Amino acid sequence: MSRYFRAQIKENRPLHQNHNLLSLVNLDEMTEPAPGQFYMVGTDRGYDPLLKRAFSLFRRTPDGLQLFYRVRGKGTSLLSSMGKGEVLDIVGPLGNSYPLPNEDQILAGELGGVYENLVLCTDDGSCGIKGTVVDVLRDFMGRHTTTSSAPVVYACGPVPMLRGIAETALSLGVRGYVSLEENMACGIGACLGCVVRTKSGYRRVCKEGPVFDAAEIVW
Amino acid sequence: MTASGTFGYGEEYAEFMDLGRLGAVVVKGLSLQPREGNPPPRVVETAAGMLNAIGLQNIGIEAFVREKLPFLRQFDTAVIANFFGDSVEEYAAAAERLSSVEGIHGLEMNISCPNKQAGWCIFGTDPRVTFQVVSAVRKATTLPLIVKLSPNVTDITIMARAAEDAGADALSLINTLTGMAIDIRTRKPRLGNVTGGLSGPAIKPVAVKMVYEASRAVGIPVIGMGGIMNGDDAAEFLIAGASAVAVGTASFVRPTAAVEILDGIIAYMEREKIEDIRSLTGTVDSGK
Repeated sequence: MSRYFRAQIKENRPLHQNHNLLSLVNLDEMTEPAPGQFYMVGTDRGYDPLLKRAFSLFRRTPDGLQLFYRVRGKGTSLLSSMGKGEVLDIVGPLGNSYPLPNEDQILAGELGGVYENLVLCTDDGSCGIKGTVVDVLRDFMGRHTTTSSAPVVYACGPVPMLRGIAETALSLGVRGYVSLEENMACGIGACLGCVVRTKSGYRRVCKEGPVFDAAEIVW
Repeated sequence: MTASGTFGYGEEYAEFMDLGRLGAVVVKGLSLQPREGNPPPRVVETAAGMLNAIGLQNIGIEAFVREKLPFLRQFDTAVIANFFGDSVEEYAAAAERLSSVEGIHGLEMNISCPNKQAGWCIFGTDPRVTFQVVSAVRKATTLPLIVKLSPNVTDITIMARAAEDAGADALSLINTLTGMAIDIRTRKPRLGNVTGGLSGPAIKPVAVKMVYEASRAVGIPVIGMGGIMNGDDAAEFLIAGASAVAVGTASFVRPTAAVEILDGIIAYMEREKIEDIRSLTGTVDSGK
């Protein structure tokens, strides 16, 4: 169930270069979000920017939630200029979430393992492995084909990367879920602005998504 | 009222407000056959507004009647079916089908789409074609018939009169203004369809002027819309000559916008000591 509510900024600071972490509190109307869902966030500062901006949930905190965003245009620039105590206009949580095909495995067994196996990669090799996420994924899958349960790939990020991940996963017969982005006006399924082409026609990123089965997308 | 295309078939908004508070829900434009719509990107924000090129995506009249109308009928609000066609015959057939359905209180015809039979010109930009298509729909329905005018014309009063002469019961204006935005880095249009329709506060002065002009040119009621964001904006349209108002893009910005604007109109009436909202229509003191 999504809600339309107002929340107070507890903290809004850059973590790295132009990537900011926004902590929100006093969310009276908040309902519990699921991994992969997103929020539409707006300010009360006039009509330009006009529309709210969509941000994925970064983390649920004991007293609210956190969003992690890149300062990119008019909307995120304005957002980055806002500080503690200021109030934002929010709709959410919205959209679907990542399906967990085998909850026992992921929640009980593998979470620690995920962190232990965290791999960083950069295009120029200045940090971690030199290469893309797709290269790492291909290598990882090649070495982990004998695990007890079927592996599942969960991905979010820029479309070219997601396309590469989807192709890799599909070529290996592995199920993949990708979180997509598209320009959005309303975020609640009304405007039909954020569609993506799937094998069964256009689907709304905000409603049938943002998480899609990688095999369903017409890349 | 809600403006067609900004409120889906009401379902998405029912989560946030009581649809029964609205005078009418005008549903997303319907055609006889379902439409897939345009390739993305379909929406792009512009200064105090947005461009859209959804491409009239809709589930078709039959699916609407079967799957969406029963939901809307639960609420104490009028259901107005917005519809369109590719030809005069299609318009008439769509109107006839919608008129045979229980639970639809009125029709709104969108004449801002191309006429496939006449070189893809827009029905609503030629007064003779407007007269022809509205006449055909008039013969096909006894329901209240609203004609939604295109603002992309030289003189709105000519189109308003053509629709009235053909038997329209009311006019709604304005539809979106055609527009375009380009990414100057890639030099590509920002919309998949290249051009689209501009809406939001940016178009409000254009809309107010057209409502002012059209309402003076015809004897039928005018429903005003175009960038209404609050109760004061709504009052401005009423004063300009509208008998009712519709909320569009504001519902994208705030899902509860339509009922907030209703509250805003009530607050304006209290402030200005207006007892009957109808007494406000066309009271602009323009000295003319």
